[in-house]
Amino acid sequence: MTHPQTGPAPLLNMQGVSKHFVLHLQNSTDLPVLHDFHLSLLPGECVRLSGPSGMGKSTVLKLAFGNYRATQGHIWVRDTDGTPTDITQASARTVLHLRSQTMGYVSQFLRVIPRVAAIDIVAEPLLEGGDASISPTQAREQAAHWLTRLRIPQSLWQLPPATFSGGEQQRINIARSFIKPRPLLLLDEPTASLDPENTQTVIELITQARAQGVAILGIFHDDHVAQAVASRTVEMQSFKTTL
Amino acid sequence: MKYTDNTPPLMRVQGLACAYGARSVVRDISFDLWPGEVLAIVGESGSGKTTLLNAVAARHTPSAGQVSFDMRDHGLQNIYAMTEAQRRMLSRTDWGFVHQNAADGLRMNVSAGANVSERLMALGQRHYGWLREQATDWLERVEISPSRMDDRPDTFSGGMRQRLQIARNLITQPRLVFMDEPTSGLDVSVQARLLDMLRMLTRQMNLAAIIVTHDLAVARLLAQRMLVMQNGQAVETGLTDQVLDDPQHPYTQLLVSSVLQP
Repeated sequence: MTHPQTGPAPLLNMQGVSKHFVLHLQNSTDLPVLHDFHLSLLPGECVRLSGPSGMGKSTVLKLAFGNYRATQGHIWVRDTDGTPTDITQASARTVLHLRSQTMGYVSQFLRVIPRVAAIDIVAEPLLEGGDASISPTQAREQAAHWLTRLRIPQSLWQLPPATFSGGEQQRINIARSFIKPRPLLLLDEPTASLDPENTQTVIELITQARAQGVAILGIFHDDHVAQAVASRTVEMQSFKTTL
Repeated sequence: MKYTDNTPPLMRVQGLACAYGARSVVRDISFDLWPGEVLAIVGESGSGKTTLLNAVAARHTPSAGQVSFDMRDHGLQNIYAMTEAQRRMLSRTDWGFVHQNAADGLRMNVSAGANVSERLMALGQRHYGWLREQATDWLERVEISPSRMDDRPDTFSGGMRQRLQIARNLITQPRLVFMDEPTSGLDVSVQARLLDMLRMLTRQMNLAAIIVTHDLAVARLLAQRMLVMQNGQAVETGLTDQVLDDPQHPYTQLLVSSVLQP
């Protein structure tokens, strides 16, 4: 699987990717969402997926994360050891490994876990996978740092985020993703419900990540955010099926 | 792909089939389970999920196929080729089994402390003080006050009984625990507490689990992987979030669309 490379190898390489949803309960309606999508994402790049809703922007992120299954095409994610893995062919276990070590995903919504305190939700990625290199106390210290940076009041840290505002939940999600540095970040409108101050913090986080060589694929509704963080734009209209 | 290939699975199930007389209830099931992984088996009543669980847990002899378990020193061994004594030993040390109805997994007429320490005593531990210490520790870990140590489980609420059953199983630090609908029949708030606890314990102990549930929200919360059963067959397998968010098989689509926000 090693190819002679000219220049840096892409962290994410999507080629000929199509996605259809076949709705078996609706007379097997075939719903084409994405057609022949391709993208190569290099370290330090931040690519904005752009286009009106329904064009498959979130679908691209979910395909890259292994949350949706591609109908056609290949999606190579370069592991931390440099090996590209085609996640359309990979076992569930391999995808879980890549998610834990290589790619982070910030969705717009926090899937709330009952009874777990915000600080523990943020610390969790550091403690996953039986990785004993860090103690729960150290993980919590780091979580506290991220919660502070994202302006979550300390009075909320020990509470489960179920009752938090949309913006607070989104910041928990961001903290939870950034606490564990991974070479590839997938961001689905990370600033959608944030105030200007926190939006600015997220812009800084993305900029710093890029400077460290992290590759980012994102959906940024806000042009001002996109201009601040993105190195180029991919227009989704060109990947819509014409039936 | 070397990552996947290098680590041997904890359990390997190959071509498993079960029948009651001429009636086939589980057909051609294969899967691997790795240490620390939680696999949810979902499907409606009568789909064969409990029979499958019993077959992989050495509680129901299959009509075909193999179930192999990683025996610490000997690698993967077919559990049905072992002696009855070996299987029993496995069941009370490296495995746990959590029943849907706690009364099936507990001894209702002896104290909570005796229930929790029974597996240690079966392994030959006789030091009363040490056993009591272990029992105290495990009661605390499942959020039961050690002051209830000498009470019988029939004085416990449903949620407490279920937590006691979990402590009773985990005290020997098993590597794999089987659970049959562990949260059904409990109030929603009690369920949340139990789920959170199971989630924490599986992570802390790097414990693998196979959980039968009809509740997709339970699967989403606890399991990394999912196996969907219909009429005794696995119609879909994969990452839990993938199966729930992008179900491929008509039956899985029906299952997912029939619930409110799994």
